Order: sequence, then C-alpha cells, then structure tokens
Amino acid sequence: MERAGIKIEDVHLSFGETKVLKGVNLEIKPGEFFAFLGPSGSGKSTLLRAIAGFGPTPQGSIRIGGRDVVKLSPWTRNVGMVFQSYALWPHMSVRENVGFGLKERKMPARQIRPKVDAALELVGLQRLAERMPNQLSGGQQQRIALARTIVVEPEVLLLDEPLSNLDASLRVQMRRELLRLQRQLGLTTIFVTHDQEEANTTSDRMAVLDGGVIQQIGTPQELYDQPANLFVARFLGTANILKGRVESYGDQARFVTATGDSLSLSGSTPSEGGNIVLRPQNIQISREAGRNALPGKVLHKEFLGSQIRYLVEAGGTEIVVDQSHSSGVDWYEVGADVHLLANTDNAVVL
Amino acid sequence: MSYSSPPPAKRQAGLADRLPGWLVPHLSGLHIAALLIALLLVGLLLVPVAQVMIVAFQDPATGAATLQNFVDFFRTSLFRESFWNSFYVSAMSVVVATAIALPLAYITTRFTFSGSILIQSLGFIPLIMPPFVGAVAMQLIFGRNGTVNLLLRDWFGIGIPFMEGLNGVILVQSIHYFPFILINLSASLRNIDRSMEEAAQNLGSHGIRLFRRVVFPLAMPGYIAGAALVFIKVFDDLGTPLLLNVNNMLAPQAFLRISSIGISDPMGYVISVILVVFSILSLWTSFLFMRGKEYATVQKGGGGMARRELKPIEKAMAYGVVVLILLLVLSPHIGLLLLSFGTIWSYAPLPDGYTLANYVTMWENSKTYILNTVLYAGVAATLDVIIGTAIAYIVIRTRIFGRQGLDYLATAALAVPGVVLGIGYLRTFHSIDVPLVDKPLASWWVIIALALMVRRLPYALRACTAALQQVSLALEEAAESLGATKRRTIQKIVVPLMTGGILAGFVTSFATAAVELSATIMLVSSNNDAPLSYGIYLFMQTPSGRGAGAALGIVAVVVVAIGTIASQIIIERDKKLRASGEQR
Repeated sequence: MERAGIKIEDVHLSFGETKVLKGVNLEIKPGEFFAFLGPSGSGKSTLLRAIAGFGPTPQGSIRIGGRDVVKLSPWTRNVGMVFQSYALWPHMSVRENVGFGLKERKMPARQIRPKVDAALELVGLQRLAERMPNQLSGGQQQRIALARTIVVEPEVLLLDEPLSNLDASLRVQMRRELLRLQRQLGLTTIFVTHDQEEANTTSDRMAVLDGGVIQQIGTPQELYDQPANLFVARFLGTANILKGRVESYGDQARFVTATGDSLSLSGSTPSEGGNIVLRPQNIQISREAGRNALPGKVLHKEFLGSQIRYLVEAGGTEIVVDQSHSSGVDWYEVGADVHLLANTDNAVVL
Repeated sequence: MSYSSPPPAKRQAGLADRLPGWLVPHLSGLHIAALLIALLLVGLLLVPVAQVMIVAFQDPATGAATLQNFVDFFRTSLFRESFWNSFYVSAMSVVVATAIALPLAYITTRFTFSGSILIQSLGFIPLIMPPFVGAVAMQLIFGRNGTVNLLLRDWFGIGIPFMEGLNGVILVQSIHYFPFILINLSASLRNIDRSMEEAAQNLGSHGIRLFRRVVFPLAMPGYIAGAALVFIKVFDDLGTPLLLNVNNMLAPQAFLRISSIGISDPMGYVISVILVVFSILSLWTSFLFMRGKEYATVQKGGGGMARRELKPIEKAMAYGVVVLILLLVLSPHIGLLLLSFGTIWSYAPLPDGYTLANYVTMWENSKTYILNTVLYAGVAATLDVIIGTAIAYIVIRTRIFGRQGLDYLATAALAVPGVVLGIGYLRTFHSIDVPLVDKPLASWWVIIALALMVRRLPYALRACTAALQQVSLALEEAAESLGATKRRTIQKIVVPLMTGGILAGFVTSFATAAVELSATIMLVSSNNDAPLSYGIYLFMQTPSGRGAGAALGIVAVVVVAIGTIASQIIIERDKKLRASGEQR
C-alpha cells in the first residue's frame, strides 16, 4: 500500500457562529501512528472528519500525499475511516459490508471475493463472513468495520474513537490488535481519543487539542515530561501545580512558592513562569525535613494496592503524592505533619 | 380472558392468607371492569366477525359446513374480475402513492429546503378529508370532461383517462393515502444514523447509488409499514368506488349483494372472509419484513442524516416537483370548494357562477345528518376513551390475568374492514329485538354508534396508553402511601394526569368516526338515522344534489380539520405542561 503523509495548514472551521477549529497546523509523516487527544468539544473529531471530507468545508489546506483535498468530495479522497459507532450496514452481510467499497470501485465480483476473504483473515474473522452485523459482538463489529475500511487500500486510515464502545478488557486487547495491524500494513493512521492511556500506548506521536487549537505535538513521553503549558500538564497524568516565582542567583535558580518555601532548580529546567509542575511519583513523603522540602499536613489517603496515594496540604495547595507500597512501610495518618521532598530534576516550570 | 371466580372467600384472616394466591382471587373493581370490557369486545367484535366467517363456510340452505360458497365465488366471472380489480387497484395505489411520497420524503429529510415545513403540513391535508368526499370533485377536475382534460383538449387535442374506471379509484386513493407512506418513510429516513451514509461515502459511494444501496434499504422497514397500510386501506375501502360508480371491486360487491339480495346471500360473507384474510396477510407480511430489522436508529457518536445544500438548479427543480405534487394533492379540496360554491359545473373548466345556495340547501336538508353525526361520533368517542383508559390502566398497571389479551382484542379491530363489521352486525343483531323501541338491534341507531366505537377504539387506546406511560408510577405510589385507595388514586391522580392524552384520543376518535362510511352505510336503516357521511353519499347520487353534497363535504372536512388541529394543540400543550412540572 502507498504510504502518504498528511499536511494540515492553517485550518479554520466553524459550525455557524461557533468556531470549532482555530488555525490548526500539523504534519503527519508517512506510516506514522498519530493520535489526536483532547477532551470532548476540543475539536479533535471535527478535525478528523474534515480530513475525511465530512462536515462544513474548512478554510486552509489539507494535503494528503501532496494533494490538497479540501475541495474534494468524501468519495474521491481515498481515506479510510472507521466510525465510532462502526456504522456497519445492518441490511448487508459481513461479506457485503466488506466488499461494498470494492463494488463501488467497479471491481469484478470474482476479484472482490478473494480480497474480502484476505481482509477478513487479516482481522481474524473469516468464519463470520456470512453473518449479519446484528449477530456480531461489539469487538467483532469493530474488526469488521476495520476490514471494510482497509480492504479498499486507502492512503490513510482514520479511527474515530474506535474503542469507546468496547468494554475495558476488550479495549486493551483491541488497541494492541490495531497497533499490530498498523505496523503490518504500514498505513498512515490517525486515532482520535479522549483517553490518554490509549493515545500513550499506541501512538508514535500525538497532538493534544483544546478549544480548537493544538496545544502540543510530540511523542507521548515528550508531552508527559515536557508539557508546553498547564493544560497539557494537567491533561496528561496527574500533575501537582504550585504557584510561585523563579529567583535566579547567577547560574543558580530556585522556585519560591506562595507559602515562601523554596525549591532549588537544576540547570536544565527552564526558569520562566509562575508555576512549577511536580508529578506525584517525583515527591517523597517523610517525617523529617530536608533539601527541597515542603512542610505539610496529610488530608487524605487512599490505598491503591501497589501504591498509597496521599493528599497533602503544602505549598499553598493540595498535593498528590504516590508512595510505593510494601509491607512494613511507614504509614502516615490523616492529620500527620509531614515534609514533602521534591525531586526537581524532572520538574517543569511554566 | 376468563378467570373463574369462586364465591368471594370470607375475609377470615388465616385460611385465605395461607392458601396460594391463585386459589383465592381478590376480585377488585378493576377485575370487574376488565371482565365487562372483555365481554363487550367479544360481543361487538369477536362474535360478529366469527359469525361472518361461519356463514361463509355454511350451506345457505342446510347450514352444513361447505366450501361450495368459495367455489361459487370463483366460478362467477364478475367476482373473479372484482377480486382481480381490488388487488390491482390496491397495488397500483401503492405504486402511485410511493411516486408521490418518495420525492417529498427524500427532499425534506435530505436537503436544507425551505419548503420542508410546507410539505410536512400540506402533506397531511389529504388525511383530513374522507376519500369518498373528494372523489366527485376529482371527477370534475380530472374526469373525461373535467377541467384538466378540457384544457388538454383545447391546447393539445389530447385527453388522458385519469378517472376512467379503475384509474379513478387509484388516483383518488393514492392522493388520499400517500401520507401514510410519507410519514413512515420520512421518520425512517430521519432515523438513519449519519455515519451509515458517511461510511458509504468514505468508501466511494454517492448520489443515486448511495441512495439505492444504503439509504433506501435502511428506510425499507418504514416504507413497508406505510405501503402495507395503504394497500389494506384501499383493498377494504367501500366509499370511494361506490361514489365513483365502480362496482366491480370486492367491497362494493359485498355491499351490493347484502343490500340488494339480503343478508342470507352467502357471497357477501365470502367477500368478507377474503377481505379479512388479505388484511391479516398484509399486516403479517409487513410484520415479517420488519422482524429483525430494528435498524440502527441514531447511534452513539452519530446523529441524524446530514442535510445537504441544494444547488440553484436543483432547488428550482425541487420546488417544481413539490408544487406539482401539492397541487395534485390539494385538487380534491380545491374541486370540492369550487363545487360547493358553484352554480352549474359541467363541460367547463370552472363553474359557471358562484353562489351560497348550495350551503342553504345543504343546511335545510342535512340538519338531521349533522345532528346524528354529532350524536353517534360523540357516543362512540366517549365510550372509546373510557374503555381505552381502562384497558391502558389494566394492561400497564395491573397483573390481571389475560390483560394483554384485552389490548390485542381491542387492536384487532384494525384488521376488520368496515364492510365486514357492518355485515357481521346485520347478521348477528337482526334477530335481537330491543325492548321498548320494538325493532331489531341491527336497525336501531345505537348499533351505528357501537360500530363506530369498536372501529375507533384502537386509536383511542393508543392515545390513552401513551398518556398513561408518561404518568410515573411513583406519583400513584405517593398517593397510596398517603392513604388513598386504588379507586381514589385513579380518580384523583391518574386520570387528571392523563387528561391531555385522553382528550386527544377523544378528538381523534370523534373526528374520524364522524366521516366513516363503510360500516355505517351497511347499518343505516332509514334516512332519519343517517349520519353526515351517508348524507354526502345520498346527495352525490344525483347531479343536482352535488353542490349541496359538496357543501356537506366541506362541513366534514372542517370537522376533521378542527379535530386534528385541536388534538395537536392539546398534545403540545400537555407536553409543555408536563415539561414545566418535571423536576430536573
């Protein structure tokens, strides 16, 4: 299959008065597994649908493999889309569903049959070819929808929240399946989701969207470790955000919190901004004070099995701290006075 | 339906409580109501229809079981022809009605089209006119010497036999009944998930192919439901062929045999059996077709069909089609209005002059008809909502044995053509004398009201059921927990909350009962007992009576129109009331 890249330049889109996309720029490399991540209403599905040609025509340009598709009808774009609801046609058998696109392309019936079989084999459901969609489980419908899309050999594959209608365990299984298929076919793929775990585990790179604007683009690790702004920091994982200011003394810098506590910053941490982001696993809880310590009081604790999650009032806010649990470890009771030791090597100032 | 009731056990605490519940039924007022309704429906629906069935299979002389009547029926060429004609007319009406409804449904659901509201409202206007009322007016517009053909002859020297024989019946019926297809098809089209269509576009499909391969098949269940309804309504209809003087069809033959030869002639019964069998067959076919095809209504992450903007040329064409269809659809109304105000209308595109004389004549001659109609339809609709409310309550709120059977029995009236019910009543009740009045029950006016009651009960029942389903059980339980008895609760809580639905049911029953002809025409024994629809039929028999008949027809249309609008207003207002009372 042909690998095509996607280049999106200054795309604006409105539903009536409501601006849904406000100047989106994005480049997706051929063969990449790319995720659009964002809360509902962020514009991620709208952007995906714009690439497929559905919804109002956007301003700006969307290039697939060098061809600007903005003015093209959906049926001439050759992008494959898997819908959130799967959209299997209930009046056609699995075979008819999967063969639909080939028939539309006027392929002779004797060529369609082996291709449909091959596509069904790829998703492991050849035995269900003669079933009707309402006789399939959710996971099977999902695979058929996928087979129906890839059988026409689209230039890019678009997945609109493909796992949201599956139950939790099946979701994990299907996302591995999706990744395997994508690697096998080398198909440029965009995956829309509001679930960061899905995006983290599958995508090569991802874009976090909010309010119709791309907040940040990068690999999952880059986005987690180096969030570009508070939205990304909060949206990916749990983030403790303390307000304060950066004070510099020569090449030494420290962050002074609103409560007057100070945290020294390592040289690599950018030192602009009034917020410091600390991940829960980068904080130690201790009865003793020490370097980079914030005094605080335990408000709440939750036993999570491998970890104990404490909520501690410190630095002018409530801070989440995860301590790994093993038997015999010291417990801190609610109300206990403690010190939080921050590892600022991984901290980000924003 | 029968629950044996041993003499009410004395409320001796102890014994009765230790026995299993089924052994000691607690007979409440609701049980008695259920029993009474069951008896009423058996007597007024089941027995008469069964009577018709039995007579059809009896030797008229000896009463022995035989198939001879059916053999005779199919050996008579007139009956074979009638059978074929009825079938042909029904099928063709479905085809023509589809041709009218399909473009309207497609344009309104698929495109942003400013004419949509016009279609949605004007599309239903045919239903507010009894089809036979428009039939004569259609003759004057589309007949051999009607407006359209006179103009065609003047301009192009051609004539089109719109109204010749069966064509006339097909045209009148399809114009009248196409809304059934329009309503069902539009609803189906609207319910198709947008992603169904988009998935097809994504795979390269568009335009007519997209419609043929994906959109229409998905709308099929709705279409079949509408088409089956049209087929059966046309197959059973008596009034339209009678008024168009087309007698070689099944329903008119049944009527003519019974009214000219008498109720002992077996052919009317044979025809009745055929009508009922076809009714059930077509309902069954549509059921079979729908089974397992509860097609995806709007799914998660989807939405209704995407509407497309029309290009200017497309828009012009769409308006052209819509205006043409609406003109056709409104032609019976226009014709009837012209006829009612016209002096003489013959061999001319329009009446010679205009006058109010027809209305005066109508009023002088039709007071009885109108009063009778108000009486019959009033009695029928009142009984309908009382029985409908009771059945709805019994079915939804109680666990009385056989409650579902009550619902089925009441709804079964839908499958019984008016002609068949009329014949059944004549046969069953002609031998029962009403005391004091001293005439057979079959020719007493009350029987007409009862026939109308049975015929309209399914509609009232649906309205009442819908209304009760919206009354939360918790509201009743609250009353009961505060000490109200079951009867007080129904009186003080349930019925007041159902008022809107009950009223809507009453109005619908009243308006449609007021213009029903097929059962009443069989049961009217003297002109003094005749309702409005029969009056129209009588007027239309003579050319000189047409004007007054049309005026009476306008009265009928106005009655049904007011009824329809009133029930809509009631339902809407009820909805608002409910919404404002709801806690969120």
